[in-house]
Amino acid sequence: MTFISNLINGISLGSIYAIIALGYTMVYGISKMLNFAHGDVIMVGAYVSYICTTSAGIPPILSVVIAMAVCTVLGILIEGLAYRPLRKASSLAVLITAIGVSYFLQNSALLIWGSNPKTFSSIVPFDSIALFDGKLIITAESIVTVAICIIIMIGLNLFTKNGKMGKAMRAVSEDKDAAQLMGINTNFTISMTFAIGSALAAVAGVLLCSAYPVLIPTTGSMPGIKAFTAAVFGGIGSIPGAMLGGILLGIIEIFGKSYISTALSDAIVFAVLIIVLLLKPTGLLGKKINEKV
Amino acid sequence: MSIASKYKALSKFARTNIKTYGLVIIAFAIMFPLQSAGMLNNSISGQLVPICTYIVLAVSLNLTVGVLGELSLGHAGFMSVGAFSGVVAAAAFQDSVGSDPLRLLLAIIIGGIFAGIAGLLIGIPVLRLRGDYLAIVTLAFGEIIKNIINCLYVGLDSKGLHFSLKDTASLGMTNGRIVLNGPQGAVGISKIATFTAGFILILFTLFIVLNMIYSRTGRAITAIRDNRIAAESVGISITKYKLTAFITSAVLAGMAGALYAMNFSTVAPKKFDFNTSILILVFVVLGGMGNILGSIIATTVLYMLPELLREFADYRMLIYAIVLILVMLATNSTKAKQITENLKLKIKGIFIHKNNNNDGGEVTDNG
Repeated sequence: MTFISNLINGISLGSIYAIIALGYTMVYGISKMLNFAHGDVIMVGAYVSYICTTSAGIPPILSVVIAMAVCTVLGILIEGLAYRPLRKASSLAVLITAIGVSYFLQNSALLIWGSNPKTFSSIVPFDSIALFDGKLIITAESIVTVAICIIIMIGLNLFTKNGKMGKAMRAVSEDKDAAQLMGINTNFTISMTFAIGSALAAVAGVLLCSAYPVLIPTTGSMPGIKAFTAAVFGGIGSIPGAMLGGILLGIIEIFGKSYISTALSDAIVFAVLIIVLLLKPTGLLGKKINEKV
Repeated sequence: MSIASKYKALSKFARTNIKTYGLVIIAFAIMFPLQSAGMLNNSISGQLVPICTYIVLAVSLNLTVGVLGELSLGHAGFMSVGAFSGVVAAAAFQDSVGSDPLRLLLAIIIGGIFAGIAGLLIGIPVLRLRGDYLAIVTLAFGEIIKNIINCLYVGLDSKGLHFSLKDTASLGMTNGRIVLNGPQGAVGISKIATFTAGFILILFTLFIVLNMIYSRTGRAITAIRDNRIAAESVGISITKYKLTAFITSAVLAGMAGALYAMNFSTVAPKKFDFNTSILILVFVVLGGMGNILGSIIATTVLYMLPELLREFADYRMLIYAIVLILVMLATNSTKAKQITENLKLKIKGIFIHKNNNNDGGEVTDNG
């Protein structure tokens, strides 16, 4: 029974990683940059939802929508102000700028909301389900998380396959200049990618804090790093890869925690990652890139 | 010939050497008397050794990122390995080696050796992976090191060193003392690091790195950075040179880590996390990729910046973040580049104009 309950917890945690990893991977796919500020957008989303429910008394579901809206605007602003001027700069310059944005968000949150941990109350209004005479307890949060993750996965797949904007995104990530020649507004498309990624980050932030209810300005960093790892694990730039990587990472983390060592769980996750990358250097579902001279 | 023209006639290597060593020696010559006369306030004199170690870290990371061209996000991992192996070594030699500087030297060397071994271990994936995949492996490595040292307990008694990954009780000691105490890290370190030791370590690092860059090895490494396949096709061994660069960088980082730890009475493993790696990377990128002098200046300025912003209290890290973003935008965006180009042309225009007026005078000077 503990095995099944661990598996469910793993999938649930992995679903959160997967939703965050989608943001990383979409942004990477379209602008070839590692958006290190993504983890902090999660934190902003969680804070907005927290403020909405506690101070303004807005119902939880509406607070998520507001958090998504705020993060969408934030994502577009970050892209437009900090990343767009550096479109032609070296990838390291963009990386450092992203780190600057990450510091900026963390320290703004510290100034606005203080360093005291906030206790986030779960937005899921249902009770946990007890099966097999209470031997197996499935929390409502994990069910909702997995369900939302599946919905997002299907929605994004349909969107990128069939939607006009989705097609434009794929075109821009394939070849920016050619896409521009075909009449695609690349700047707008990239902005939209950031918007979608940030909205997903807000959802992930709320789900993360519903499951692990401590909210501080650095809440987003470690899940951000783990999700980034998940995106690379699955093959960065690939949407199914991000999902697969995220869920596997969550399962490995929970299993490592319960069967090997609680203190060493992070080390186990990263060690598995290194081994997988050694065997498959471009991640599980990543494309093999042929080099030309 | 005047000194200026003699300087110009020197090779690029010699000129870089003069500039880099010159700056470091002058800085030391100014700071050392001030420090020993006690004219520096506490916050600055406390920063001297950390600045030295971060300069060494930035210069060594520049070898990987700037010269070899591989993004490393786990440099603090090597620093951590060096710091804690150095601390354990210093504790082990506490009784047998009486002289402080000698014990410090031993700790730094042992820190370097252990970091070098870690560098070799992580260097093997370096040969298979590239770009962001390599970056994530170095990041993962840094996190693994942090996590393991977080669970590592080391004790010292009359029988020698005891290691455990569980807790202090399982060390099986009766009346020894704890050297590493899990998440609390190293406790009760004898503070033997000095500013002079930091200065010597910087000179040593510069000697190693500059001589490497301007040697056959360095040219091979830059060739690999610029075009791996072309370099391989003219017979450069990718494995050998990449590993050389990577391990050298790791050893130097480990040495810096050992010196850093010896400057404090306690050091926790979480000090050497992802943020520290990023901090060092910021120094390297802002100083200029492959530019050693740039790394030194950027480290000093950026390390002091939060100190200088102290009067802004709570806002200082926010200002730091904004400065970082603005500097990156100003130095890298296409628009900013255009503006600086135009400015340069205008300034040049003024000087050319003046030179034309002074033509007569210059001719007589030369004659």
